[in-house]
Amino acid sequence: MSTVISAKNLSLTFETNDGPVHALKDVNLEINRGDFVSFIGPSGCGKTTFLRVMADLETPTAGEITVNGVSAAEARKARAYGYVFQHAGLYPWRTIGGNIRLPLEIMGVDKATQDQRVNEVLELVHLEGFDKKYPWQLSGGMQQRASIARALAFQADILLMDEPFGALDEIVRDHLNEQLLDLWARTNKTIGFVTHSIPEAVYLSTKIVVMSPRPGRITDVIESTLPKERPLDIRDSPEFIEIAHRVRDGLRAGHADD
Amino acid sequence: MKGFWFRIGPIITVVIAIFVLWYAGAVALNSAWAQDKAKRADVTLSFSELVTDTLSQEKPKLPAPHQVGQEIWKTTGQKVIEGRAFSKRSLIYHSWITLSSTLLGFAMGTALGIALAVGIVYNRTMDKSVMPWVIASQTIPILAIAPMIIVVLNAIGISGLLPKAVISMYLSFFPVVVGMVKGLRSPGRMQLDQMKTWNASGAQEFWKLRLPSSMPFLFTSLKVAMAASLVGAIVGELPTGAVAGLGARLLAGSYYGQTIQIWSALITAAALAAALVGIIGMIQKLVLKRMGMAQ
Repeated sequence: MSTVISAKNLSLTFETNDGPVHALKDVNLEINRGDFVSFIGPSGCGKTTFLRVMADLETPTAGEITVNGVSAAEARKARAYGYVFQHAGLYPWRTIGGNIRLPLEIMGVDKATQDQRVNEVLELVHLEGFDKKYPWQLSGGMQQRASIARALAFQADILLMDEPFGALDEIVRDHLNEQLLDLWARTNKTIGFVTHSIPEAVYLSTKIVVMSPRPGRITDVIESTLPKERPLDIRDSPEFIEIAHRVRDGLRAGHADD
Repeated sequence: MKGFWFRIGPIITVVIAIFVLWYAGAVALNSAWAQDKAKRADVTLSFSELVTDTLSQEKPKLPAPHQVGQEIWKTTGQKVIEGRAFSKRSLIYHSWITLSSTLLGFAMGTALGIALAVGIVYNRTMDKSVMPWVIASQTIPILAIAPMIIVVLNAIGISGLLPKAVISMYLSFFPVVVGMVKGLRSPGRMQLDQMKTWNASGAQEFWKLRLPSSMPFLFTSLKVAMAASLVGAIVGELPTGAVAGLGARLLAGSYYGQTIQIWSALITAAALAAALVGIIGMIQKLVLKRMGMAQ
């Protein structure tokens, strides 16, 4: 298995008026090709910051990060990853198809390929036939699926997702989790997924990174023993509950030094 | 139908209230002159005679609405019927003169406003330095600076439409700058980060994100700018002793005490402004609806 993302002694300190904030401190992690890695922890633990460092949206103050063997900045410029934000952030003046086409237009992809990609990714997120609709005509869950489709459109190998389902209700969330696993199986992407839901992290991931705040650091990395095929009711299996338990313990350990 | 009256009802009520106040004001303000005349003619006026006189004077202090209405009709509709819509006595002709410099000034002001806003948003030095000047420019009374603009431009051989348009521009660029700076900065951090993840160039970010995002702000500014532009054009006609335009009509009217002429020019200017702002409002509705941004 080849390493896609590698962080070595990564630290990021924000200078604020109340003194320095250690968002990340000495973080080490390797993510392999095809992994589904979840980052879980309470707010302020640096999970989103870590994801943003991978995406070159933040610059680390110490340590090293490589994405696809090059620096995060080079990887971003090579459009190595698709990034899904917590809010769909679709442009209201563009149709769903137009929104998915947006990164392709920016990257100078020709019109015929654009059309083909739009159809492909809409099929992947089960939104066939919605390309002419406007965002306001879609529900929140559908909008988030469209935003995932947009992140997939330019065929990056890595998908970084920052609490993509955080603003959605439980039922929609379950449904989208199932679809996301299906999508992951079909596309073989490497996925980095930030969440604060334990069941979501355990259900989705091959690797769960438990983080804790002040300073933001990794307290545990759990390799999931669950099979790749995961029906929703796997969440009632003893194996699932055991992993969830370990995640909870990791979170509690992080809080113990408060 | 109920919805129609629900919308129209309040407007009609206000219009009626204005007319009532206007007529009452006309009677009150013009009665002194009517009494004066009566005294010299050695007659006493009954109340109804007094009212009739106050509403039909030739140079009233405050002309009654129907007098203004008649004057407007005489100088617009009737001229059209006579086939002399663009004669010097026609308000259509004067409105057109003012409208042309309003529109030219509005276009120039909008262009200048957008250009400055882009500069302010994209250039740190301009961000720090331009805005105070923009605000300072609006604190100078336009009546003080208008004659100077006209004189200076005349001295370098520019006269006619352009000097008036420059004054319109001077007033109309301001709301556009303020609105567009806000509009171009309206995309949130997430949207800008998103552009960064696609490695978009500055130009792509501008055309695909910032400019479309600024449209609601632009249209709101344009409405204010249009009204300011018309004021600028009228003010521009005052100090030059211009012979044409609504401003010239106002000035001529005040020279000769033709209050009815002044009021009809004022009402025409107000109607013109309302129509222009209304047109922008309609375009705004259409564009924002098409862009899925209608409020």
